[in-house]
Amino acid sequence: MLRRPFGVFGDVSPWREMERIHRLMDRMLYDAFSLAGGRVGPVSGYPAMNVWANDEGAVITAELPGVDADDINIAVAGDTLTLSGQRKGYELNKDEKFHRRERSFGKFTRTIQLPFKVNADKVEALFKNGVLHISIPRAEADKPKKITVKGA
Amino acid sequence: MTAQTKELQVKEPERITPRQAEPTRDRLVFEPAVDIFETPTDVVIVADMPGVDEKSVDITLDRNILTIRGFVEPDNPENYSMIYEEYEVGDYERSFTISNQIDRNNIQATVKNGVLQVWLPKVDEAKARKIQVKAG
Repeated sequence: MLRRPFGVFGDVSPWREMERIHRLMDRMLYDAFSLAGGRVGPVSGYPAMNVWANDEGAVITAELPGVDADDINIAVAGDTLTLSGQRKGYELNKDEKFHRRERSFGKFTRTIQLPFKVNADKVEALFKNGVLHISIPRAEADKPKKITVKGA
Repeated sequence: MTAQTKELQVKEPERITPRQAEPTRDRLVFEPAVDIFETPTDVVIVADMPGVDEKSVDITLDRNILTIRGFVEPDNPENYSMIYEEYEVGDYERSFTISNQIDRNNIQATVKNGVLQVWLPKVDEAKARKIQVKAG
């Protein structure tokens, strides 16, 4: 799976690679358990998300190819954000047949807890080319204050 | 269909090394998940390529190998630092063997919401013909 040895990986660090493998193993275990009928609780949900942050707030991105913007719902309460929606499938006519089906469809719900209170009025979302960007500003009252230390 | 109500699961995308040549871009390359179906007139390839639009997709047909490629520029938010990563952004590439029964000059493709659809029309001989049975 590794394309090149560590060190010449460009912007891919070994730590990122380790985390990726860890995630992969979590998912494999989760899949194995859910197939066996037991539930170990979702390790992570759909869609996969990336989260960026600074003092002003956070940005969440998620890949949702084939989902219509109208089928995406975002709800914010306090410090949690819930992303839900559905990826609609399609059916073939009687005279059509599948040779390969790798894409999956269905509903999704995912709740993320942010490390700050959200200014719910200012949350903005943009869906472009199957990628969702949600920008989540931090509530004014929750922003870190800089305290100047005066000399005596 | 029951698939409508089932919960979606994340599939870790398959990371690949492009077959034909050494990459000249410092990007990860993923193999997109595809559906392939056949209608009486066409073979259709549907590929999930989030981040790709009609300008950043490249479809080539070399002999009987059809290759789809999508190029994605990372769109990281400015002045933010990543605190949590579940997926990686990269290019897409996947090749398919095409039978001789495809009309090579009339292949069409569309991209919508990060999903590429390639329509490969069958040449006339390959289209299923309905044979009328006349009463004797």
